[in-house]
Amino acid sequence: MNSMRTTFRNNLKQYMMLVALVALVIAFQVLTKGVLLKPMNVSNLIFQNAYVVILAVGMLLCILTGGNIDLSVGSVVALVGACAGTFIITWGWNPHLSILLCLGIGILIGMWQGFWIAYMRIPAFIVTLSGMLVFRGLTLIVLNGLTLAPFPPAYLGYSTGYVLDLFPSLELFGVRNTTSLLVGILIAIIYCVTQVVGYLGRKNKGYVVEGVWALIVKMAVISPAVIWLFYILASYRGIPMVLIIVGIVLLAYSYFTSHTVMGRHLYALGGNEKAARLSGVKTKRLLFLAYVNMAFLAAVAGIVFAARLNSASPQAGQSFELDAIGSCFLGGASAYGGVGTVGGTLIGALFMGVLNNGMSIMGISSNVQQVVKGLVLLVAVAADAISKNKLPFNIPRFGKRGVESQASVES
Amino acid sequence: MTKKLLEMRSITKEFPGVKALDNVNITVNEGEIHAVVGENGAGKSTLMNVLSGVYPYGSYSGDVFFDGQLCRHQGIKDSERLGIVIIHQELALVPYLSIGENMFLGNEQQRRGRIDWHKTHQKAEEYMRIVGLQENPHTLVKDISVGKQQLIEIAKALAKNVRLLILDEPTSSLNESDSKNVLDLLLRLQEQGVTSIIISHKLNEISYCADRITILRDGSTVETLDNQSAEIPEERIVKGMVGREMTERYPTRSRKVQDEIALEVKDFTVYHELFPDRKVVDNVSLKLHKGEVVGIYGLIGAGRSELALSIFGQAYGTKASGKIYKDGVLLELNSVPDAIRANIAYVTEDRKGSGLILSNSIVHNITLPRMDFVSQGMRIDKDLERKTADHYRESLDIKTPSVGQLVENLSGGNQQKVLLGKWIFSQPDVLLLDEPTRGVDVGAKYEIYQIINELVEEGKSALFISSELTEILGMCDRIYVMNQGRIIGEFLAEEATQEIIMNRIMQDSKGEIGA
Repeated sequence: MNSMRTTFRNNLKQYMMLVALVALVIAFQVLTKGVLLKPMNVSNLIFQNAYVVILAVGMLLCILTGGNIDLSVGSVVALVGACAGTFIITWGWNPHLSILLCLGIGILIGMWQGFWIAYMRIPAFIVTLSGMLVFRGLTLIVLNGLTLAPFPPAYLGYSTGYVLDLFPSLELFGVRNTTSLLVGILIAIIYCVTQVVGYLGRKNKGYVVEGVWALIVKMAVISPAVIWLFYILASYRGIPMVLIIVGIVLLAYSYFTSHTVMGRHLYALGGNEKAARLSGVKTKRLLFLAYVNMAFLAAVAGIVFAARLNSASPQAGQSFELDAIGSCFLGGASAYGGVGTVGGTLIGALFMGVLNNGMSIMGISSNVQQVVKGLVLLVAVAADAISKNKLPFNIPRFGKRGVESQASVES
Repeated sequence: MTKKLLEMRSITKEFPGVKALDNVNITVNEGEIHAVVGENGAGKSTLMNVLSGVYPYGSYSGDVFFDGQLCRHQGIKDSERLGIVIIHQELALVPYLSIGENMFLGNEQQRRGRIDWHKTHQKAEEYMRIVGLQENPHTLVKDISVGKQQLIEIAKALAKNVRLLILDEPTSSLNESDSKNVLDLLLRLQEQGVTSIIISHKLNEISYCADRITILRDGSTVETLDNQSAEIPEERIVKGMVGREMTERYPTRSRKVQDEIALEVKDFTVYHELFPDRKVVDNVSLKLHKGEVVGIYGLIGAGRSELALSIFGQAYGTKASGKIYKDGVLLELNSVPDAIRANIAYVTEDRKGSGLILSNSIVHNITLPRMDFVSQGMRIDKDLERKTADHYRESLDIKTPSVGQLVENLSGGNQQKVLLGKWIFSQPDVLLLDEPTRGVDVGAKYEIYQIINELVEEGKSALFISSELTEILGMCDRIYVMNQGRIIGEFLAEEATQEIIMNRIMQDSKGEIGA
């Protein structure tokens, strides 16, 4: 019981953000008179935010290493899109191979930046600021300032299409795309089964387990939510392909950060680099890999985004880095590194996405939207900082004690 | 004739769920040095925060009278106006500002909004003379030693026209000669009428300089002892702090030093990381037997930590040369993972800076050095991990509701236990313990000594680095003395005394004994 309370307190910010997200969805659902959660709009939301989620996950790993950010991702998105356009549209290469090649280019870019950051100890801010300019410039050079369009269907299929309906004649519960609904139900069942099996297995081995009620509540909330989402998707055109890509990225990185040795080392590195090094963590290599991974995911996002635009544009991806960084911080990542989760980042990205989409539906001008987004980011992070100081048992960090006591005096 | 300068009456301060102070009473007479002692968490810092206004008037109950006046501090500025100045354990100097700038930080010598640099530096020199420091006021603070920085903190307090100087652990990061320097300064200031409150874990220092000693335990005042007429034995103070008789400061171990050599270091030389032509460790050779605790004593800067760190997979320094044998086998230790895999552990002197990941849970900290023990391939077995951590929580008596607790929420003594647990988990044969009891209270110290004893009784060996000679003498079977990177003496515990060891260092520093 105690351990559950501890876990709860440690993840408090994430739960608060989740509650805030639900509140935001309800608010916009009312304000937009039900448009927000219409099947077509939900589908839209997924397409609009897929690349932000992918970028934010990569950004999270960089932030975890010690509050390092990557400013170059927007430019990398554009450069990868430009390469894809050149290979496929101009030179007529095979789209599938071209995509692999583009991912390779992403990895090379990551190695370039990672080398300077991890091994030459140049601050990430500076290296990636340079990258932001260099890769944007290269994009303009590759495209010669022009936009390439359109892409062949084989390329677009990866991310703009929908999963094929296997049972077009069948109509369950009055939805158009039965396959989607079945997939949703299947996912929910798999989720419940793994939870129960895991629970029983741990109990049999004599490990500490959470209460049965906690398990039931968890399943009772998550399973219907999953089924409901797929029901909505099924009522429109089914599961967007890009949702599969995002789903894989989320699952893979969530597992990586929470269940693997290297993921754990990442948190250690960001929490205290010296201590991590003295505990046998290969800190430089880890930092290097975080940036290689970031650029790889930026390449994935670049391919997805070019497909969505159905063109390779020199202006693509501008200010994407800010959306990605904002999502991480909204989702509870610490600006000093070592704190943050993939789940939180997803919540942060969705929050931003729903805010954008909802305000657009309401017809609020994009100028005002920017102001609102900026303020929301500040308020969310500030609310966290303030609430933290008021929590019981919160012992101030000693390293910063002088500063903190000073601050509390001033206020 | 004694006049009460400060009187705190039935101070009670509650935080949600805990009573940090419970009806605490303390009076400080004008012109005395008053020591406040207690274990970690006894409420010393909270009491000082009430006094200095960090916790504003109204957030606690009880009254504070300073110079006969009831204090209603809203913040530090109010208490400083009365002449109450607090110097925190972690120095609050800005490294890239000069001595002069630091000394008048927040108290600038200004005329109509413009800083009068001439006056600043002149006054800085004046105050430095009072604290016995000869430095150019233009020198940057980062370029002077920690001992001198502590003196500058005191000078800075004096510049604020201090009437009551509060020092929180002023000597925790100083070596013995610098510590004595600071204490002697307090005594000199006392003659000039400065009243001070000193908080310290080092009981010998307290008996050296304090006139009266107030003991806190679990948020209440236990007693106030008079140290002026007759010196109080340390055992008496300890008894008050822990609430029971501590007959043994150092637990005994059934002696089982074996003949087998666990670790042997031969002709080890390491150069400075930034200045590659400066030798930090100079041709050091040493041996550790199985089941033995070997002390390394030396003044700060003697190269003790650097020696241990460079043995630990060259975690410090450049151009390391020399040989390391473990169980008679020559080792190639080129990285920290190499050293960990060779079953060597280094427990750092700086648990917050380089020992623990404060933002991570106890579980994650304990398993970090040997993740391979709790994982299959790259996958972590989280249940096994938790069970392992629970095992160490019980065996080391780490006080926490759950091992999922973040380490930053633990007290210093418990953090130190997590640090020890982390390295015991790595299954070492040789432990390099660098100041394993720094900043830890008496009770926790005793527990840590017991843990060390248990480890060596299992046949492990420990290299015990400490700045406290009494601790070295109490815990070690054999002692090496280091100075300027060299080993300048080796003593068996039976033959060593404080005088012999200090004399050896003094002689070596004078150059009377060659290398």
